[in-house]
Parts: sequence; structure tokens; C-alpha cells
Amino acid sequence: MTELRKRGGGDRDAENISDKDTDGDDRIGVGGEGDRDSKPDTDTPEVQPSVDNTPKCLNKALAGMSSRWKNWWIRGILTLTMISGFFLIIYMGPLPLMLMVLAIQIKCFQEIITIGYRVYHSYELPWFRTLSWYFLLCVNYFFYGETVAENFGNLVQRDEPLQFLVRYHRFISFALYLLGFCMFVLSLVKKHYRLQFYMFAWTHVTLLIVVSQSHLVIQNLFEGLIWFIVPISTVICNDITAYICGFFFGRTPLIKLSPKKTWEGFIGGFFSTVMFGFIFAYLLAQYNYFVCPVEYSESNSFLIDCEPSDLFVLQDYTLPSVLQTVFRWKTVKLYPFQIHSIALSTFASLIGPFGGFFASGFKRAFKIKDFADTIPGHGGIMDRFDCQYLVATFVHVYLTSFIRGPNPSKVLQQVLVLQPEQQLSIFNALKSHLTETGMIPPAIRGP
Amino acid sequence: ESEVRTDGEAPSDSEIKPDPGVPSTVDDTPEVLNKALSGMSSRWKNWWVRGILTLAMISFFFIIIYLGPMVLMMIVLCVQIKCFHEIIMIGYSVYHSYHLPWFRTLSWYFLLCVNYFFYGETVTDYFSALVQREEPLRILSKYHRFISFTLYLTGFCMFVLSLVKKHYRLQFYMFGWTHVTLLIVVTQSHLIIHNLFEGMIWFIVPISCVICNDIMAYMFGFFFGRTPLIKLSPKKTWEGFIGGFFATVVFGLLLSYVMAGWRYFVCPVEFNNDSNRFEVDCEPSDLFQLQDYTLPSVLQSLIGWETVRIYPFQIHSVALSAFASLIGPFGGFFASGFKRAFKIKDFANTIPGHGGIMDRFDCQYLMATFVNVYIGSFIRGPNPSRVMQQLLALRLDQQLHIFNTLRAHLIDKGLLSANQEATAA
Repeated sequence: MTELRKRGGGDRDAENISDKDTDGDDRIGVGGEGDRDSKPDTDTPEVQPSVDNTPKCLNKALAGMSSRWKNWWIRGILTLTMISGFFLIIYMGPLPLMLMVLAIQIKCFQEIITIGYRVYHSYELPWFRTLSWYFLLCVNYFFYGETVAENFGNLVQRDEPLQFLVRYHRFISFALYLLGFCMFVLSLVKKHYRLQFYMFAWTHVTLLIVVSQSHLVIQNLFEGLIWFIVPISTVICNDITAYICGFFFGRTPLIKLSPKKTWEGFIGGFFSTVMFGFIFAYLLAQYNYFVCPVEYSESNSFLIDCEPSDLFVLQDYTLPSVLQTVFRWKTVKLYPFQIHSIALSTFASLIGPFGGFFASGFKRAFKIKDFADTIPGHGGIMDRFDCQYLVATFVHVYLTSFIRGPNPSKVLQQVLVLQPEQQLSIFNALKSHLTETGMIPPAIRGP
Repeated sequence: ESEVRTDGEAPSDSEIKPDPGVPSTVDDTPEVLNKALSGMSSRWKNWWVRGILTLAMISFFFIIIYLGPMVLMMIVLCVQIKCFHEIIMIGYSVYHSYHLPWFRTLSWYFLLCVNYFFYGETVTDYFSALVQREEPLRILSKYHRFISFTLYLTGFCMFVLSLVKKHYRLQFYMFGWTHVTLLIVVTQSHLIIHNLFEGMIWFIVPISCVICNDIMAYMFGFFFGRTPLIKLSPKKTWEGFIGGFFATVVFGLLLSYVMAGWRYFVCPVEFNNDSNRFEVDCEPSDLFQLQDYTLPSVLQSLIGWETVRIYPFQIHSVALSAFASLIGPFGGFFASGFKRAFKIKDFANTIPGHGGIMDRFDCQYLMATFVNVYIGSFIRGPNPSRVMQQLLALRLDQQLHIFNTLRAHLIDKGLLSANQEATAA
């Protein structure tokens, strides 16, 4: 059967082929009486034709094997390729990383929008393709502008047009967005209102999910490469270890949405990921390159050098007595960051998979096997990144709540923009506060 | 018997079938009005009902302005909840998804989460002293984003767990519908509240301009209307549009002039920690002090004055009115397109003669966002108390560094004399 997607035998995200048929009743909803402008659900696009786009060389090398093992090998090789690619880009530095995040975001957006077009047969609304990409551009302009304003302060101070753009950034972004909004309203065509509104909403929800969260990824990155690497690695690790544990010990199904996931895989993945995260954090926390915030220096390049914060300095922790008897050590030297990494790994393995279930439900709802065919053996880019986005948001919220205080240069900027009387009152309040805490000696009375 | 809406949704689709969820056009004008107008023909009766309700709503608006900021915030919250409810009801009726009980709960839960997030941010910003005093409030405020995110995540996981085999697509649609509604209605209603805290005038003038534009455009269209404006709203005309524009700008100028003289409208709303009440008292900023402007020579010859005393705010009001009359209507067209797409006459039947609350507020939300962006870009600097908070949250050595930089800056500007501070650091 040509529709059998060439995916590995242990396909955890399997869209069971049978599900597509039994789900036929899902036709409720898109219609509604009198709905002339979108075809009824029975014409929903079936599974996209599964084109085999594995590269020729792999095909040759694996020519001898049976189909099932061949799939397994393709999946395995691609996994290793992607992980190596990941490490290579980390080595290359923050700027290639940012570009990679941008490229992934654009590809995910494109995949989801293409699905929307297929579902609604709205290829014939050419305006809408333009508008979707225009909205993507607007939202990215807004977010990147905020990032530049925050993190590239030096560059902005020097350049006059940049200063203007930064000062009125929100207004300019809003004006750009409004332009797209008005174009949308003007493009409403009589028989296609509902379609057009659907695509509008589809675009905006996609922007909300994909674009804003990819910018949270970049914010995490600027906090320190370790806050970018560890979460992504734990999600990847959880994927792989849950699969392996499920493969060997899997018995009890976990959730109806993804029939091949099991409780044993889930729990085994959880413990392995926590341990992996713990060890990996220990390895990375030693290097300034990973630990320091990314800064943009005067000399037009990225600078990653600093005095590591307390989080990344080895400290002694007394083990609770339970563990003392087990390990026979009294104290252990850990980075405080490793304790945070436990929180991150826990989230990645317990809550992260819900992002994957959401994507599985989405695929079932719209009767597609994969988001796209970009990666042989794995599906689309979105298939790989569905859990990542949720984890990235969590890491960002975690960072801002527990780790990072306000950015000092940003605060200084804000102070300098205030009215002079306000500056004076802040100055006096700050002076009394600093005198109280002993940072400055008390003023000697009298001139 | 369907009501003809005078601002132009003639029912174009004859396939509007009665549907259990869609609000049917029931005549729910109050008994008293019905009696008083019983003599007139149906068309005039509609006109009178609409007119009376318009006056009632405007009077109500003025009453709550008089009642103060707290009441205003409550009203904004109620309007927001009602709009959300109206739009979600439409979603249910479009998708026949009454039988997914989980989803009604989840929609309201998401509304609660997003409101909690936004109100928490507002409270932290504007009620900082109150928050610092109460211990539980302080913790809630410190970890506010984390708590909000957790609450949202709970809803998200519940949604995933609630996915039922035959209804995946429906559920995803309702999820998308809820989120887009939250994005449109809830976030923008919070921008309204931010505008309000900036000064009641920033709340009143935009809303009044939108209302004025509605009414003026209708009147100009009624008397002079000839060229249709847009296919979406067949009864709107270019004459009404342009006439409404000029009338609204003039109205905005006059209203701002009247309001800018009163502190009650002009001062930022502050929460007084000691008396636990809202305080609207301050030294009006430069924006609200009369200044002389030299008229350009064109206008000089026309009007015969050389200079004119106006508030700088009035110049801003021209920008606000221009937006309200030129771009604001796009919010209305969007809502019209939406109603046509889903084949409904009105969002609901809440207001006799006008439809639902959302019908009245469709242009307002876009306006509120514009005003907020406008204030943020051109008027308001950072909020000093918030900056102070952030300063105190920094590490001590960072504070010291900022202190020294600030000191040098202030000495530079002559606000501090150098020898007063000679002993510091």
C-alpha cells in the first residue's frame, strides 16, 4: 500500500492507518448549514502521497536490507546527522544559531500554513498566501526589533537611523501590522468569507505558537548558551530514551492519541532524562563559552566572556541522611545549575510530551500523517520541534521568575529617559537605599 | 421577522436557517418602550428604539465616568466577558459543539487564566506599594509569570487529555477559536485599562471619537450618501465616511479642549497607599497646559488670528480622531465580514436595536490598541515606580554602578551640585 509511510518499526508517533478510516465521523463541524464556500469534509485531503525522498547514497548503501530495517537505519542515521548538525552549529557561535532558529521557525510556519491551505482548498486565494507571509514578516520584525533593542545596545547607540527605529519600534510594528489587517479586510471576497476568516485565524494561531515561542528560544540563548542547549538536549534525550525503554519494556499504553507510547517508556524516559540532564549540565557548566550571557561588544562581534555567576560555581551540598547511607559521601560538590537542570528535565519529560500529543491530535484531526516530508524517516521539521516549543516557553518563564533579575543596562536606559525630577527622586531613593545597605559611606553633613 | 440594521447589513443570504444556538431575532425591546411607541410604523419604531438606546448608552457612559476608575475597570471587565461569551456562543453554534461539555469549561478557564495574567501585571505595575505590604501578594507578584504559565499549562494539558476520538477537528477548531478570541478581546481590553491609568482623558476621548464617528458617518450618509464605500457594508457611503472624518476631528478638538481643563481627566490614576483609594490629582503635565501656537499663514488669512491658545493634547487628539474615523471602521468591516462568513445577523441580542455588545465594540478594540501604542511611543516614558522596583531588584554592585552613572549624569545636567555629592563613592 503506497500510503504506508516509510517510517521505522518502532514508530512512536504512528498515525495508525486504520485511524484515518474510523475517524470518518469527524466531518461534523466544518460544514454547518448553508456553507457554500468550503467543501464538505469527505473531500478532506487524504494523506499526502508519501514520496520517498531519502538521498540516493543512503538508498544504495542500504539496498540489501528489508524494508523495515531499512527504515530503522534511515531514521537512525538521520537522527545522528541532526544531532551532529546541532553540535556543529553550537560550535559556530550565537549568530549561526540565531539564523538556524529563524530558518526553523520559517519552515515550521510554512508547513502549518500549507496544511491549512490543503484543508481549506484555499490555493485559489492568492492574496492570502501573500498576507500570511506578510504577517509572519511583521511579527518577526516586531520580535527581532525588541531583541536588537535589548541586547545590541552598543550597536544601536552608534547608528542614527537605528536609534529612530528603536525608539518608535512599537508604533512602526503596529502600523505594519495594521496595514496587513486592512489589506485582509479589503481582500474579503463574497463567496469565500468563511474560508478567508479561517485562514486568518489559522495564520494567527500559528504565529502565536511558532513565532513567539521561537523568539523565547532566542531570549534563552542570550541568557547563556547553556539555557539553550540543555533544554533542547533533554527533549531529544527524552524522545530517544522513552522510545528505547518502550521498545524493551513497553506494555501499558499511555494515551489513546499516540497508541505506541507506553507508561514504561514514559517513566523510564523520565528517569533517564533527569540523569542525563544532571550529568550534561555538569559537563557544560565548566565552560565560560556556554555559561556566560551572550553580549554584543563594541567591536561588532559577539562576546561570550564573563565571571561565571554563582549558579555556575561549584558548591558543597550536604547530602540528606538517606542518600548519605546510600552513597557514603557526606557532601558533594555540585553546580547549583544542576539542581535547576532537574526541574528542566522533569518538565521536558513529564509535560513536554503533551506538546507532542497536541501535535498528534492535530494531525489526526486533519487526517495527515506528518507535517511535511522534509526529513526522511522523520517527517517535517514541525514533527521534530513540537515538544521543543513548549519547553522553550517553560525555560523562558523559569529564567525570568527564578534566575534572572532585570537587565541592568536596560534599567539604566529607562532611568535616563525619565523626566529630570523623576531622576532626582530616584537618585535620592537609591542613595538612601545604598547607604542603608552599606554600599556607600554615609554622607558627611555640611558642604 | 428580521430587523433591518440601519448601518447596512441587509440580509444577503436567504439561507439563514434557524439554529439552536444562534440568537434568533426575538424582539426583546423592553415593554415600556413598546407601549410608548406602539402607534408608529415599524420603520420609525426601529429608528426610535435605536435612538433611545443610543442615548441611554451614552448617558450610562458618562455616569460611570463620574463614578470613578474602579467602576470603570469593572465595566471594562464586564464588557470583555460579555464579548467573549458572545463570540464563543457563535463558535458553539457554528460547530454544533454543545455536546462537548469539557470545552465550555476549558474556554472559560482559559479566559480566567489570561485575565489573571493581565490583571496581575496591572496590579504589580500600579499598586506596587500595596503589593509590597501584603506578604501573600508579594509572593504572588514575584512569581506571577510562573504561576500564570502553570495555570495555562494545566488548561493546555486538560485540553490534550480531553481529545475525543471522533471530535478531534471540532475540538481543535474550538481551541483555535477560543485563543483568537482571547487575543482579540481580552488583550485589547487590558490595553484599555492601561490607557485609563494613564489618565481618564486617554480613555474617554478615543471612545467618544469612535461613537461620534459612528453617529456622524450615519448622519452624513443619511443626508448626502450616494457612492457605496465597500461591498462588505452596502449601506456605508464615501460621503458618510469623509463627512464623518471631518466631523469627528472637529468633535475631538472640542472635546479635548473641554476635558483638558479638568484634573480629574488629565491626571494619571494612582492608588494611594495610605487611604487605599484611587487618587486622581497631580500637576498637569505640559501636554495639558495652554500654549500659544502661531498659525501657519494660510490659516491666518482665513481666520484672522495670529496665534491661538490650545492644549498640545489637542494636536494629539487630531491624530486619535483621524485614526478613529479612517482606520477604526476597518474593525467594523472585519466584524461585518465575520458575521457574513458565519451567516449571523448580529453577535447577540443584548441591546435592543443594536445587537450584541460586540456589535458596539468592534471598532473600539482597534482604537484602544492604537491609543496604547501611541501613548507608549510618543507620550509616556517608563513608569518611574516600576523603574525603581527594577533597580531595587538588581544586585547591589549593579545598583552602585547605576548610582554612579546617574550621579554623573545629573551633575552634568546641573541638577546636582558636584560638591554635595563629593562624599559619595
